[in-house]
Formats: sequence, structure tokens, C-alpha cells
Amino acid sequence: MTTAAAKFKKDVRRVTADLRHRRIINAALDGYAVKRDQKKALFQDWAGARRLAAATKYEAINSLDRCLEQFARGLESRGAKVHWASTGQQACEIIVGILKQRNARSVVKSKAMTAEEIHLNEALARAGLDVVETDLGEFIVQLRDEPPYHIVFPAMHLTRGEIQETFRKRLGDAPSDNPEELTMVARRVLRQKYIQADAGITGANFAVADAGLISLTENEGNARLTGALPRTMITLVGIEKVIPRLEDLALFLPMLATVGAGQLISGYNTLYGGPRQPGEPDGPEEYHVVLLDNNRTRLLADAEKRDTLHCIRCGSCLNVCPIFRNIGGHSYGTTYCGPIGAVLTPVLKGLQEWKHLPYASSLCGACTEACPVGIDLHHHLLEHRRAAAGTKPSWWQKLAFKLFAPVAASKLLWALVTKSGRLGQKLHPIVLGTRLDPAYVWTRTRDLPPIAKTTFKEWWRRTRP
Amino acid sequence: MTERENILSRIREALRVPAPQPLGMTETPLPKPEDHRRVLPKVGPSESDRISLFAANAEELRARFVVLPAIEALESEIRSMKDAEGWTRVASHRGELTDIACAKLGVPVLLTDEGYDKTELEACQAGVTECDALIAQTGSVLVTSRGSGGRALTVLPPHHVVLARRSQLVADLPEAMALMRKKYHPNYPSMISIITGPSRTGDIERILVLGAHGPKKLTILLI
Ligand code: SF4
Repeated sequence: MTTAAAKFKKDVRRVTADLRHRRIINAALDGYAVKRDQKKALFQDWAGARRLAAATKYEAINSLDRCLEQFARGLESRGAKVHWASTGQQACEIIVGILKQRNARSVVKSKAMTAEEIHLNEALARAGLDVVETDLGEFIVQLRDEPPYHIVFPAMHLTRGEIQETFRKRLGDAPSDNPEELTMVARRVLRQKYIQADAGITGANFAVADAGLISLTENEGNARLTGALPRTMITLVGIEKVIPRLEDLALFLPMLATVGAGQLISGYNTLYGGPRQPGEPDGPEEYHVVLLDNNRTRLLADAEKRDTLHCIRCGSCLNVCPIFRNIGGHSYGTTYCGPIGAVLTPVLKGLQEWKHLPYASSLCGACTEACPVGIDLHHHLLEHRRAAAGTKPSWWQKLAFKLFAPVAASKLLWALVTKSGRLGQKLHPIVLGTRLDPAYVWTRTRDLPPIAKTTFKEWWRRTRP
Repeated sequence: MTERENILSRIREALRVPAPQPLGMTETPLPKPEDHRRVLPKVGPSESDRISLFAANAEELRARFVVLPAIEALESEIRSMKDAEGWTRVASHRGELTDIACAKLGVPVLLTDEGYDKTELEACQAGVTECDALIAQTGSVLVTSRGSGGRALTVLPPHHVVLARRSQLVADLPEAMALMRKKYHPNYPSMISIITGPSRTGDIERILVLGAHGPKKLTILLI
């Protein structure tokens, strides 16, 4: 077993037995589901909206080169600087380089999964920069030295009591466990950071090709402040984020908010097109946009899996996934978790090391149904399993099937084994739940259904007229 | 080769194999605003439909929406807000409506147009701005760095007061996007923001808290 798989198994075992965890996650996600369905019902034709969204992303991804060039041209015409990074390390170097050149010391950052993906915060810290996450959920997990739990709700696994404790320890300020008061503590602390910050870093939700604009979705206003106050602004964006036209936002903004958070539209949807323009009173002197590949072109080269680049990171497939709800976001051990993470990670980081993730699915298809851009997620999981099965099976798997084959092929042996199985099951309760149980790996976490009293053949022989 | 060329050539190489089309998609029609309008939430045809939809959305979002009968009512409305909340400093920008609103307010008004000090703006209790459009479908306000006094004015003060004319109330998102294109393309302001309700978060136990980073209050006055 790979180390990632071993860690996965261990974490999963711990989290699935944690009833408190389950209660928190279920409460949060059940509330979400109600709101999401209410907002969905406002659409005149949700299925039609999904088809349009899928067709639009299809168009963007399948003309990605042209879209990106157009996007970069638009930004550059307004004085923004566009950088291209093939790897995460290159992107980190570019960003650190910009900050050094601007003599920046303190950086405010608004939530960006791409930054998590390339471990940007670590790179900035190594370069001696002071970085603070400004999205409340991200701020909380940063104070706790944890990765985000969920791609949209980073701190959904924490209770108010735990957050109060974190604030008390790390900020020395936590009047109560009231969510409003805790939020105001963060607001005060972060306002100071904003006023002092030399640079702001954001992610992006869409890159609008024909207008040369970045589109950023948020509710708190933290990205707005990140783009308004510091002298330098940097946006890190994956190359798959393009949409062809400005008009497409009319569809994507409400869809993203509806499935992402159960809102008709998010609090702030902001387009950035450059540094401060002539005649504008404020805004950064410099605006840098870093386009990140980091193995996305590998997904693009696989025509079957190319549609995974349509993903708008709404988090909806996580929310509906029965496995995610039980094992939690941290167990995956990856930047992108849930069904989309289980599809992306084996391609981005290697199938051999991550082939266990496609098995973290019941293949119920809830993810595919939930996906606003119609990515065939459970089908991709199945394909990964097939590919994983093509990789080397372990010695015990080989042995098991070698033994199984002659038994299944012989009438006599088969009858013998099922008969003795029935007898064995009578004795099973004696060892059930203990390590003496030969089926312990199975029965530890699952029921073993009783073997039928009669076989089909026996029944047929008896009932045949 | 530069990284730009590297990435673009990898993309072109990859795209030589066509991808299977997504489920239920027959050809690649370019979705048009009419297509979007057909699937998005419905907006009635008349002006009073738009006003009542905007009002309903604003209420759900916990924004305050007031329709003023005439421009003369603007001055007194702003003044009564000032008195009720005890504003001592207000920020705004030059504009036809903002000029009227701030003229006789009786407290110092920081105008951002020519640049300003961040800390001073932070100390203002309200930001009074104009907007580019209101969107009935979602109850949103569309502001730009060019037309609403810059980037910070609409997000830094704890109370954002938006002044809009009736003619600025558009029906839906497709109309708002078309308006942006017509007005600005390709010379867009460096920031365009669609603001929907006061700043909010649900990051602590998914409980709604207003005023996470931006304004705790949003008031929209339609004239
Ligand atoms: S795969 Fe689909 S549902 Fe999952 S995060 Fe991406 S867009 Fe959302």
C-alpha cells in the first residue's frame, strides 16, 4: 500500500467513527440542501441552464489557446501584466519575485484553492513575507495550521466553541462563542492588516476571454478590500477558468451561487481588468495575473477526461457525496477533495500513489447529478478504477483469484463451499467482532449478510412443476 | 521558448484530439442572452414588476430599499439617516445625485475623487455613492471604479448608501452584462462589482452574520 493510501485508511477509520463530526457536517449540509433547492426552483429551467453551462465550458476548453490569448491581450491593453507558469513552483517564484521587486513585506490574501494547490503560503513564508488569509473560514484554519476542510466552506468542521478557543489562543481576543462577536473580532484584526498591507493576492472564479477580465465571487467583501487597498495586486488563476464571453457570467454567477451556497447570487461578484486607470481615484499601481498550468494540460490531453476542466469548483459534488459526508474533507489528504478531488488528483499527482481515491465512492451518481456543468464524475471514477486495476495487483489479490477460479468453475466444489459456508456462518457469532474472525477485515466495519438457506438450483428443483 | 509559448503549444497539441461532446448537447450553439433569459429566474415585463421584485429580493437580503417620489425627497431622506445613526463623517464622490445628497448634510464629507487617505476613509460611518445599474432579478447593485468613487468607497465604510435613478433599474443579469459591454467595451473600468446585500459570512457553523468585512448595512434609494 502507498503511504497516501495508508494514511487515508487510518484517517477514514477515525473520522467515520466520530459521531460528533458527523453531526456537525450533516447539520451544515442539510441546511445547505434546503436553501439550494429553494434557489434552484427559481430558475425557469434548471436542466436547460446546466446544458447551456456545459456547452459554454465545452466551447471555452476546446478553444483554450484562443481564449487565453484573447484574455491576456485584453488585460495587457489596460496595463496589467500577465505571467504564464507551467508548474506550481514557477508560479510561486513569479509571485515571490513580484513581491520582492515591490519591496512588499505584508500580504493580504483572499481565498484561492489554486494557491493551496501550489502551496503558495509556504513559499511566501520561506521568502520572509507575512501572509494573512482574509476569508473568515480560511483565517480560522490558518490560525489553526490546518488545510481548508472544504473547497467552499473551509471551516465547516469546527464548532463555535473551537473557534472561540482558537481566537483566544492565537489572537488573545474572544469575548464569547457567539458567531457574530467572533466575526467582529476577525473583522477588527483584519482591518488593521488591510490598512498596512503592501500587496494583495486573490484567486479567480472565471477568466472572461473576450473582455479580458477576472471575475471573483465572494460574500464577505474581503476580496474587494484585497483588490482595493494595497499598492500591488496579484491574481493567481488556473488556465481552465476561462469562459468565452462577458455575457456568459449572466448564467454562471447565479448557477455557481445556487449550487455552491444556496444563494441566488453571491454577495460580491467583482470583475478586475487592470491596475488603477487614468481618472480613477484608487486601486493598485500594478496588477499581475499569473496563469497556472500545473498539469492541467495533462487533463486536456486526455480527451475522455477533458470535461473535468469544466469544473467551476462550486463544491456541490462534495456536499451531496455520501462518502464525503462520512469521511470528511481532511481524510482525502489532497487540495481538492470529494468526488472532483478523487477524479482530479490521480491525474494531477499520479495514479499509482492516489489510486485508492476513486474507490472512495459508492458510485451512486449523486455527484454527477449535482454538477452544474454536467461533468460525468462517477463515470470518470469508474474509469480510474479500471486504469487502477490495470496497474499491478498485489500478491494476495493474485493468490485469491487463483484459488477462486477453480472453485467457481467446478459444480462440485462450488456446492461444497456454499454448503460449508452456511455451516461456518452458524459458528461465526462466536468469533464475530474479534480478531480471531477470519473475515475480520470485512466484519469490522460491515455486516455479513447470511448466506441463503437454499440455493437457487435447490429451490428450482423443488418448485418446478 | 517562453513559458507562454510552452503552455500554448501544449494546449494546441492536446486539442488535436477532439473531446466527446457533453451529455445532451447536440451541436455547439453559442448561447445567447435570449437562451440565458429562458432558463434564469423570471422577471415581469413592466417597471412596477421590476420594482416589486427588487424590493422582495432586497428584503430577503436584509438590504433597505426605498423608492423616493421625487429628487426633492433625497436630501431629507439622507439627513434623517444621518440623524438616526449619528454620522459624524461621511464619504462620497462627485456626481449629480451624490452632490444633491451631500450638499446640506451638515457633517464633513470626504470626497474620494482626487485620492484620499485610507485611514480617513476607514473612519467614515457611511459611504454615499451612485451606481451604474440596479438588477431586479437578483436585487443587486452594479458599481464601477469609474462611476462610484473608486474601489474602496463602496466597501470600506460600515454603511453603503446607493443612489439610483428609475431608468437605471434593469430587469436581469443578461441586460446588465449587455449594458456593461455597450458602455465600456473594450475599455472597461479596472473594477466592476455586482453587490448583492450587505457583506455576509456563514463561516461559523453556517450561521449568517452581516458585516464580515464590508458594509453591515446597505441602503438603496431609488429616485
Ligand atoms: S465537479 Fe461539478 S459539482 Fe464538483 S465542484 Fe466541480 S463544478 Fe462543482
